[in-house]
Amino acid sequence: MNSPDYEYLRKLLKERSGLDLSADKQYLIESRLLPLARKGGLAGIPELVQKLQGGSSALITSVVEAMTTNETFFFRDKIPFDHFRDTIMPEVLKARASRRSVRIWCAAGSTGQEPYSLAMTLKEMGAALTGWRVEIIATDLSQEVLEKAKAGIYSQFEVQRGLPIQHLVKYFKPNGETWQINPELRAMIQHRQLNLLQDFSHLGTFDVIFCRNVLIYFDQETKINIFNRLARQIEPDGFMVLGAAETVVGLTDTFKPIADRRGLYRPNDPRVAAPIGAGAPRMVAMAGR
Amino acid sequence: MKTCLVVDDSSIVRKVARRIVESLGFQVIEAEDGVEALVHCKKAMPEAILLDWNMPVMDGFQFLGTLRRMPGGDEPKVVFCTTETGIDHITKAMGGGANEYIMKPFDKDIVMAKFQEVGLIEREEETAA
Repeated sequence: MNSPDYEYLRKLLKERSGLDLSADKQYLIESRLLPLARKGGLAGIPELVQKLQGGSSALITSVVEAMTTNETFFFRDKIPFDHFRDTIMPEVLKARASRRSVRIWCAAGSTGQEPYSLAMTLKEMGAALTGWRVEIIATDLSQEVLEKAKAGIYSQFEVQRGLPIQHLVKYFKPNGETWQINPELRAMIQHRQLNLLQDFSHLGTFDVIFCRNVLIYFDQETKINIFNRLARQIEPDGFMVLGAAETVVGLTDTFKPIADRRGLYRPNDPRVAAPIGAGAPRMVAMAGR
Repeated sequence: MKTCLVVDDSSIVRKVARRIVESLGFQVIEAEDGVEALVHCKKAMPEAILLDWNMPVMDGFQFLGTLRRMPGGDEPKVVFCTTETGIDHITKAMGGGANEYIMKPFDKDIVMAKFQEVGLIEREEETAA
């Protein structure tokens, strides 16, 4: 791929999705976009870039989706789901005992494996949640990905990676060559299209936010901006879960890591958390109370 | 080094499985059917058994039942690896003492995920994207 083409794609992706590709990610572009080009009857990346420059908005959307969609599997990395069951939920059950409701946001819900893994974890908790109102909101940039998540249909390969066989038997129904997650679990999740670069205050506040392996693609400034806006959507005693390779440290004081629980964060007391950089008016207002 | 007994009547499947299981750090022994597998288990119990269902002489389910009644036969982690993908087969296998269940076709990711699930291998460090 020649460098003007690469630069064009980098700039396009940055503007449209915030995806910040470093100079050495040519292989990623080729592996994701070459199949897309071929599908559209184009010979290769140069032809694809040419067509994009011609201003095809449908094609731009497909390119952004292809580049930002991540491979995922059920109970990915396992540990965050153990934390969810053993650390987060016991505290939520105590803290919300009078209200008996919990709101969870999967901010990079992708094809649904993460929100469904959370739903299964909650089901496994059994009677502890009887009478509780549980809301799981799964958002993703890509409409195509959301459709797959909504349908809850997975290939035989997908259901065998990370999903214990007992869970497959308990929560899925065979459907020809594929497996579909049960309606009861599907009903636990609301799927919504959302770009994290845009305002998400309409989603309301959450007790738990899973935001794993999505911010790694953003540059520092964008990350700080998103963290500061996430801080406004989380309850003061809520939890945020990041991917193992991600952190807030050095970026923002609005969250603090929890000792011995890798990937787990809580909002800082707003009175001590001076947001780094500008753009967090509500935090300032709260500090002034 | 942990040992894994690969039981399958297809030499091609055994070869593929051997390559995967060896790459996960196991020493591999092969058996073509349940009877041959039992002979190996009587000599020395393996830590892991990757088990086909449909085989001549003695099938995987019969083997599992016999194994679990043997002295020390409750120790190996048994992972079925079969073209039988019906819920009834899965339920029967798990009820018969299997620890996990792989539906063919399989690849390294699946074997690794299932071996992690039953505690045969450690989970890899969490990875970012």
